[in-house]
Amino acid sequence: MSEQARHENENHEHHIVSPIIYLAVGAALLFGTGLTVAVSYIDLGVFNPIIALGIAVVKATLVVLFFMHVKYSTKLTKLTVLAGIFVFLALIGMTLADYISRAWGRW
Amino acid sequence: MSDSSAVHGAVAEVHPHEHPSYQRHHFETIEQQFDTTNFAMWLFLLTEIMFFGGLFTAYLIMRNWYYPAFVEASHQLNVGWGTANTAVLITSSFTMAMGVWNAELRRKGGLVLCLVLTFILGLAFLGIKTIEYHEKWEKYHIPGIRYSESAFLNPASDPEVHKSYPDDKPLAPDMAAHTEMYFFLYFAMTGMHALHMIIGIAILGFMIFRARAGAYTTGHVTFVENFGLYWHFVDIIWIFLFPLLYLISRHQ
Repeated sequence: MSEQARHENENHEHHIVSPIIYLAVGAALLFGTGLTVAVSYIDLGVFNPIIALGIAVVKATLVVLFFMHVKYSTKLTKLTVLAGIFVFLALIGMTLADYISRAWGRW
Repeated sequence: MSDSSAVHGAVAEVHPHEHPSYQRHHFETIEQQFDTTNFAMWLFLLTEIMFFGGLFTAYLIMRNWYYPAFVEASHQLNVGWGTANTAVLITSSFTMAMGVWNAELRRKGGLVLCLVLTFILGLAFLGIKTIEYHEKWEKYHIPGIRYSESAFLNPASDPEVHKSYPDDKPLAPDMAAHTEMYFFLYFAMTGMHALHMIIGIAILGFMIFRARAGAYTTGHVTFVENFGLYWHFVDIIWIFLFPLLYLISRHQ
């Protein structure tokens, strides 16, 4: 590790997230909850689950980045989180590919 | 250079400067120790994501197979309780994040207050969940133990839900039987989530005592920080469970 990279890491460690950011993120999460409930009362057909999951992904991203400090973490932590999400999506994708294609052409 | 001075030099290299008492001797710096524990905590959380991922995938596939059953079964859930619980859990995540902040600034009183608030909000979540589970028990919607399909064979027999969802049609008996799968997944997913909450609340109780003794306000915030990661992770699981179980099937 170069001296500069080490220095950057140390800067990351000592970052203390301010309560104002926590308050803003908490308020955004509560707003997102209200929004997703409000949207669920409107009939948007196939877009209801898509919008609901979209809002959930935004909320989860806010939690990961700010409450869980990943925005201020080392590259190792960022890579770990991204690798986890990637493997999770790959496993779901492969499972669905199996369910979709197993009876292919036999319906 | 003699052998003895070489050994002395090696010792000086291992301990080049003063370090805090909570730094384990196998770490070079306190930053390295923090990085390592943070990395380890995230690896644990990844295994948890994979564990819940299996349940989410099962829900996705079953919902596609038995769509009418899953839609009508989800109408049995109370959106009001679900929304209240989401708000409670998000607020508890906020108080937990503030707890980490207080620990970092070595504010003992603030840390204890935040941990107690998180503890209370966690119990409030479980209390609301208990009300919901009790309702399922009373309405015979406990799969495998105490189950009745009557509300799905004849929606009018459940006037409360029928009033909110007047378009619900009676399901054919074979499809009505699959509503039990919805409730099985509902209890498996919310139950595993609740188990994580119970474990978290137990650890919070332990932490409150330790925090009152000043254990986390010495600059060594690793335990509070990593518990915070766990608590926020449990929050994220609920952020996905809530729309999937309560909201996405309100129409059709």
